[in-house]
Amino acid sequence: MREENPGLDVVVTSLASDAHTWNLVYLQLVLEELGHRVVNLGACVPDSLLVTECVRRAPDLVLVSSVNGHGYHDGLRVIAALRARLSGTAIVIGGKLGTDGVDGVRERAAQLVAAGYDAVFEDGTGMAAFRAFLARLRPGVRV
Amino acid sequence: MTGFGRFVAEAAGAGGLVVQPRMGFGSAGTMRRGLAAVRDSGTLAVGTITLDSYTRVGSHDTARAALAAGDHLNGYPIVAYPVDTTRGVIDGIAANGFPVQVRHGSALPQDIIASSIAAGLYATEGGPLSYCLPYSRVPVSEAVRAWQESCRLLADLQETGAEPHLESFGGCMLGQLCPPSLLVAISVLEGLFFQRHGVRSVSLSYAQQTHPEQDAEAITALRTLAGQHLDGDWHVVVYTYMGVYPRTPHGATALLAEAARLAVRTGAARLIVKTVAEAHRIPTIAENVAALRIAHEAARTARPTESTLDTGILAEARALVDAVLMLDDDLGAALVLAVGMGYLDVPYCLHPDNPGRTRAFVDRAGHLRWSRLGALPLRGIADAGGDHDATSAGLLHALSHVERRFDDAAIEEAALPLG
Repeated sequence: MREENPGLDVVVTSLASDAHTWNLVYLQLVLEELGHRVVNLGACVPDSLLVTECVRRAPDLVLVSSVNGHGYHDGLRVIAALRARLSGTAIVIGGKLGTDGVDGVRERAAQLVAAGYDAVFEDGTGMAAFRAFLARLRPGVRV
Repeated sequence: MTGFGRFVAEAAGAGGLVVQPRMGFGSAGTMRRGLAAVRDSGTLAVGTITLDSYTRVGSHDTARAALAAGDHLNGYPIVAYPVDTTRGVIDGIAANGFPVQVRHGSALPQDIIASSIAAGLYATEGGPLSYCLPYSRVPVSEAVRAWQESCRLLADLQETGAEPHLESFGGCMLGQLCPPSLLVAISVLEGLFFQRHGVRSVSLSYAQQTHPEQDAEAITALRTLAGQHLDGDWHVVVYTYMGVYPRTPHGATALLAEAARLAVRTGAARLIVKTVAEAHRIPTIAENVAALRIAHEAARTARPTESTLDTGILAEARALVDAVLMLDDDLGAALVLAVGMGYLDVPYCLHPDNPGRTRAFVDRAGHLRWSRLGALPLRGIADAGGDHDATSAGLLHALSHVERRFDDAAIEEAALPLG
């Protein structure tokens, strides 16, 4: 498997208002164990820094992870700026995206995909679905 | 109004454990109802206004826009609201018998502290390392300057006869997988920083970790070092577990009760509680009040007991504190140097200034231990190593150690045929 898959360049990031990082540390380890190369932007990444770093590094995948309940709103805001510069890059978002737990998961996902994300992984089924998504991804190609 | 520190000291003198929620709501009306419910909870409580994360990072326009759009915020936006709104929230509630503290998480808190002071709220928390390294990307040097200014804002109130209070959040540092000696050292250093910058009434924190006996040793070490370094009014506050929280109501409740007993056993004066909803969403007022009552009851069954365990936490913490203090007479400059040199290096912390050369793990006995010391000045003092799994699965296992211990016990208890 490893020989066939040259690995992806992945940017792992939080959003502007989200200070949580264990999710980011864990995702970096998962991705590295699968043979991918990770740049981890860490906590509270302002929109402008996220866009600049993604443009500069030209990754195959941008993985946005947020667990503070503001991910839906912050994620909707930043995707427009990201898509303006990175139309062909796979960009996904996951975590706990609302303040109301599992209520509203489907509506949030539909809105986020409509706004430009390639996939949305909310808590619960998130990691398994994300691994399946990752397995289909090839360098430079959106799924 | 009686200061926060004096209220806690008087309660502790009478043998009671002060309990406190981590409660915050975006709606001013809900925030006021929440504070009233905490005051009327029948416990020995102080109130909390926890701020939202837009306010924490200084995005007050985003917070205002969210309020205008009627969106849910994950806390109270104290800067975005007019000062009269906040006065209205606490009017007739924050009083002699019920001090209220603002909890925020900001590395650059000057505007938060100014808004709090304007509304008459003089107790808050954080610190130049504890609210910088884990939760921001602000350079440590900038956070140090911001906290010097913040201390000055609070210290100036003392001329008016008020008693501002500042709590170090240093006992948390990412909530889990930071060995106790580093938590103790950062708490002591931040408490000393506050006092050197004029704030006389301070508290030092310690967050419950993976093992109650190790935690008791750590809090004893914290009190020993605080007694040697601090003047005036100080107390210790314990945080109920700040890592991955049990999902079952039984498990969540048992972990909270263990934290309350830990606080009483070790002579801590105050406890920040967590709720049964913690693993799932922002807790309601009722869930916060229920948690205060559980903690209050658990505290009543516990007695102060001297911890005689010595696995070296005091020696490690003392070595860290002494090494940092030796770096510069100006403690702010010493903190910046200490992070730069790796004398303070928080495991798994992604902050651009954090050296990131230390690692920790949970050993078979459930103790939190160093696996890599980086450049910490602990050679010959701390052991590093042992058998552990440094993969993503291993990390997840360590992060969920406490959650599993309490949830598994809850599930086993529920499964017993005769209850």
